Amino acid sequence: MSYARRALVVAWKDLLVERRSKETLNALLFFSLLLLFVFQLALGPDRERLASVLPGLLWIGFILSGLLALGRTFLLEREHDCWEGLLLAPGDKSAIYLGKLAGNLVVMVAVEALVLALFVLFFNIDITGALPGLALVIGLGTIGLAAVGTLFAAMTAHLRARELLFPVLFLPMEVPVLLGTVQATEALFLGEPLSAVSHWLQLLLAADVIYLTAGILTFDFILEG
Amino acid sequence: MAADPLIRVTDLSRSFGAHRVLDGVSLDVRRGEAVALLGANGAGKTTLLKILATLTRPTRGRAEIDGHDCVRQAEQVRERIGVVGHGAWVYDDLTALENLTFWLTLGGRRPEPGELQAALAEVDLERVAGDRVRTFSAGMKRRLALARCALARPRVLLLDEPFGGLDPRARKWLEGRLEAFKRDGAALLLVTHSFGRELGIADRVAILAGGRIALDSPRAGLAPDDVQRLYAAHTEEAP
Amino acid sequence: MTRILGWLAAAGLAAGLVMAFAVAPREATQGNVQRIMYVHVPAVLVAYLAFGVVFVGSIAYLWKRAEAADRVARACAEVGLLFLGVSIATGSIWGKPTWGTWWTWDARITSVTIVFVIFLGYLLLRGMTEDPERGARYAAVLGILGALNIPLVHQSVNWWRTLHQPASMLKAGGITMPASILVPVLVNVAAFALLCAYFVVKRVRLLEAEREALA
Repeated sequence: MSYARRALVVAWKDLLVERRSKETLNALLFFSLLLLFVFQLALGPDRERLASVLPGLLWIGFILSGLLALGRTFLLEREHDCWEGLLLAPGDKSAIYLGKLAGNLVVMVAVEALVLALFVLFFNIDITGALPGLALVIGLGTIGLAAVGTLFAAMTAHLRARELLFPVLFLPMEVPVLLGTVQATEALFLGEPLSAVSHWLQLLLAADVIYLTAGILTFDFILEG
Repeated sequence: MAADPLIRVTDLSRSFGAHRVLDGVSLDVRRGEAVALLGANGAGKTTLLKILATLTRPTRGRAEIDGHDCVRQAEQVRERIGVVGHGAWVYDDLTALENLTFWLTLGGRRPEPGELQAALAEVDLERVAGDRVRTFSAGMKRRLALARCALARPRVLLLDEPFGGLDPRARKWLEGRLEAFKRDGAALLLVTHSFGRELGIADRVAILAGGRIALDSPRAGLAPDDVQRLYAAHTEEAP
Repeated sequence: MTRILGWLAAAGLAAGLVMAFAVAPREATQGNVQRIMYVHVPAVLVAYLAFGVVFVGSIAYLWKRAEAADRVARACAEVGLLFLGVSIATGSIWGKPTWGTWWTWDARITSVTIVFVIFLGYLLLRGMTEDPERGARYAAVLGILGALNIPLVHQSVNWWRTLHQPASMLKAGGITMPASILVPVLVNVAAFALLCAYFVVKRVRLLEAEREALA
């Protein structure tokens, strides 16, 4: 199907550029590492205190690095009039949105997996039982972040106050996702079964569906210059 | 209806707030015809091109490409036009071949075996097909942009100062390439700032001044000096 | 027409004030300060009504490119934000004598504040976009997403609070209110709605006038 192929070629292009330049991934990994140190330093050596805020810290880390990754979604397109090229390419523009989304998801999940591994190492926690549930929560949460972030990145790409406006618009919109993921992660860390957080999972799923649908339907209007 | 112009602009106006940039522009370009559009800075040449390219909307009037309205049938227009602007639509970290693959696939087509290589050969870039575009000169990027355009087999070409920044050899090559487009039946609208060689491929010359077409005449018989004189005359008369 | 609306709103407000202070019963534990609820609750409801119009207006603008829809959406966002601000402020004022603190992480107040910030972003986006047509389009998208997010925000914050603590102290929210409280609330809701409509109409007129001046 042509739509899927067009979306995939956008993702392919972004990931290929990323693999060659390695700009985003390296910077994000380094940033996440720094965050871990900052958290540890800011909160002190008290293990008990750290253990209780760990889920929150994890998702702050995810959201902050996600913020950086998502803000850069259309950076490439600002050169050589490529944005114009995307707009003038015939066909449904929402395929471009989904392609960009897919590329962002790959990068974000890669960073999140590494950050999670580092968390386990640094803070010495055992989450082996919770892993499948965690994977689901992280998956749903990341989609929720990327669906809005990719759209807002397109919106702010042309504005002078891009770096300021993007976080200001993005963060309040993501409050439901933040709450859902942190609460669910907290429960999973404590060893609770997935069924105990099913309401949060449903909320995350609802958010994902709403954000993705809105993104698909409105991306065209954002791309139009 | 083969006689219908491929580009048809009827009484087009475009205002930015209180500033009226285009004020009743009418212009036609036929199959196999090239029109050079001259005008001072800020005269509205690029705005006109942008409207035709469906990048912006007019405030009043109509712009049509191959019978399709640029506002209401933007997607059909986009399928038929090739745009060569200042930016070459290239991703620096991708190779020439990868760039072409991307744009062609995004346009909804699958490249046929050898098609991309042939397109690169036509613009004399087959030897650097696997090189990253970052290493290309401005002229090479322009050639890649034209290869990209040619792949889409456009019926209309909209060019914004296509000869800018090119060395004499590249300019000569571009002339030849644009002639080839004309022979294939495409309609060309070139926005240009100078009166040099590029007028050579134009069949007509139009001058945009005061928001409208102040002059629209066949180029045959006009020496570059004539054009320059007319240009000065019209842009001086403009309010 | 606008003047009639204005007078109606004024009359409604007067009636609402009377109901809130004279007719409604004095609350047993909290005393007279509880009467602030007659401003706090209607303000939220009317603000959310206004945001509902932002949602509809934004869709209408994107679909039909009708500038009138954009003006209405923008006016409703501004007025809605005003009412929401009043609600947050009155909530805080209510909280100080009642619970001893200016701010509680009560579910409703928190949700309302987040929605406030989201729509503040709507105005910021408009303000920071140089091209007004682009600004209108972007704001419409944000308006749609923001309005859709309102139930998600409320639900998530609600679960966040109630699953960690016993039920919120703000009980005066259900439809099971006695008539002596319900009627004043409804009167004030109607009054605020009229006031909101009045402000919106004035604002839209102002925006139209600005547009004319530029053309």
